[in-house]
Amino acid sequence: MKVMLQHLAHCRSGDKGNTSNISVIAYVPELYPYLKEQLTADKFKAHYAGVVTGKVTRYDVDGLHALNFVAEGALGGGVSRSLCLDNYGKSLSARVLSFELEIPDSLKPQLRGMP
Amino acid sequence: MKKIVRIGAGSAWWGDRIEPARWNAERGDLDYLCFETMAEATISAAQVRKRRDPSFPGYDTYLDDRMQAVLPGCIKRGTKIITNQGWINPDAAAERIVYWLKKLGAKGIKVASVNGSLITDRVLQLTDKILENGKPTSSLTDSLVSAEVYLGAEPIVEALKHGAQIVVSGRVADPSIFMAPMMFEFGWDALDHVHLGAGNGLGHLMECGAQVTGGYFSDPGFKDVPEPWNLAFPIVEVEADGSAVLTKVSGSGGAVNLMTVKEQMLYEVHDPANYITPDVVVDFTTSKLEQIGPDRVRITNISGKPRTPTLKVSIGCTEGFIGEDLFFYAGPGALRRAQLAKKILEERFKVVNLVAEEYRVDFLGLNAIHGAMTPKDAPEPYEIAVRVAARTKTREEAIKVGREVDGMAVSGVGMTGKRVPHQDRTREIIGVWSSLVPREKVVPSINYFES
Repeated sequence: MKVMLQHLAHCRSGDKGNTSNISVIAYVPELYPYLKEQLTADKFKAHYAGVVTGKVTRYDVDGLHALNFVAEGALGGGVSRSLCLDNYGKSLSARVLSFELEIPDSLKPQLRGMP
Repeated sequence: MKKIVRIGAGSAWWGDRIEPARWNAERGDLDYLCFETMAEATISAAQVRKRRDPSFPGYDTYLDDRMQAVLPGCIKRGTKIITNQGWINPDAAAERIVYWLKKLGAKGIKVASVNGSLITDRVLQLTDKILENGKPTSSLTDSLVSAEVYLGAEPIVEALKHGAQIVVSGRVADPSIFMAPMMFEFGWDALDHVHLGAGNGLGHLMECGAQVTGGYFSDPGFKDVPEPWNLAFPIVEVEADGSAVLTKVSGSGGAVNLMTVKEQMLYEVHDPANYITPDVVVDFTTSKLEQIGPDRVRITNISGKPRTPTLKVSIGCTEGFIGEDLFFYAGPGALRRAQLAKKILEERFKVVNLVAEEYRVDFLGLNAIHGAMTPKDAPEPYEIAVRVAARTKTREEAIKVGREVDGMAVSGVGMTGKRVPHQDRTREIIGVWSSLVPREKVVPSINYFES
């Protein structure tokens, strides 16, 4: 089944200069391998096209069932000089919630917030 | 009985709430209460303010509020306080704290001020390249406002060893503020990267206050926490080996669970195996988390690697101005009127010859936050705010933004909603850059005061 990431994982974004740090954390360990396999750094960058202008690096934290993305050139030149209304990019992590993944139907009971 | 040190958070930034600090002081049974009150540009903003207003004392503008809230509880319990509220004038902050102590009748309490993080006058000699863009730091000569080194925990530990019960500093790395009491209480050496890694990892979990107790977290139907209007600041119960339990005062809202701890653990750390702080390089990837009770998470196995030979310096520079304003549309056709308003503004900026490095006109409600990532098929909202912002070299140019929005009142589009233009719609930009200085070039100094 195709499903939006928001049902598999939660996330948080933070800032340093012009770089955004976005974590993606699986709700349950069983869902983590699908995030790791399908949400690559390239796919992540493509999902943030038009906003993330620089390099994206993914750090895997298997022990926490989490991926940590570091996206350069994501904050309109940097927190202080950005013309973006959300100049810290605190709402940027919400974008990844709409990333679509393919998972086995058998995992449906593990998903959060399903209708 | 094994020794446990209880450390609580009193703030995570300058504008943070006051009452959770009071709860921690009064109900937290704390050995230490620690305050982090800065953002990247806080010191530079304080320098700019001091230039304009020589009567500005140079420390946290909420120092009085915070101290009045927590000193009675801390004095009663014997809780020590570590805080970076000294900003550009730790001595004056220490004297002000002594004033409040005397007023409360607390005699003989030793207050230490930690100085030495400000290196504005020699930063250009001590540094080489700007980390963000590789340019020489000398390119910042004309715009330099302030340069502060991120100090580590050592000078705070030194002050505690000399009997200080309250330590107030300038710029100190956020996690170090929380780790200093651990080093002091457990006798951890400054080069003991195993324990310091664990301690600074815990400090990182504490430094953002409510972000680990249910703040910056709720998402209805996905991640709910009880009473999100009633959040506490965290408390960490640390053991001599650097293992700990993270919790909060009872009777508060929010939550301490595996999700809140994981989100904060990864927050702004970039490479989780190499989180660089002045004291140690922290490795979070080895950590083990366990929910051992309601709002109690046990944290073990955060590890560390030897500290780097350099310290980070934050360099604040004036970089011009931003002018910005908003006006509104609603009802059927809100978007088409907003689009015409945008076109009018773009033409008007040509007429008045706006000289801007960059400007943007967004439709708040549709694309002002996620910008170019907004889905092409996003539905038209019922209400839209047109938000315009421009970055300029001078304030005179930035003022043009608000003046052109004023013009939209009677010369704009039908059914335009506007704010009364009372407020200043320009602000000065303080850009923040980073560089590295050799550790041995920065020697902190400590002064002592007594109530």
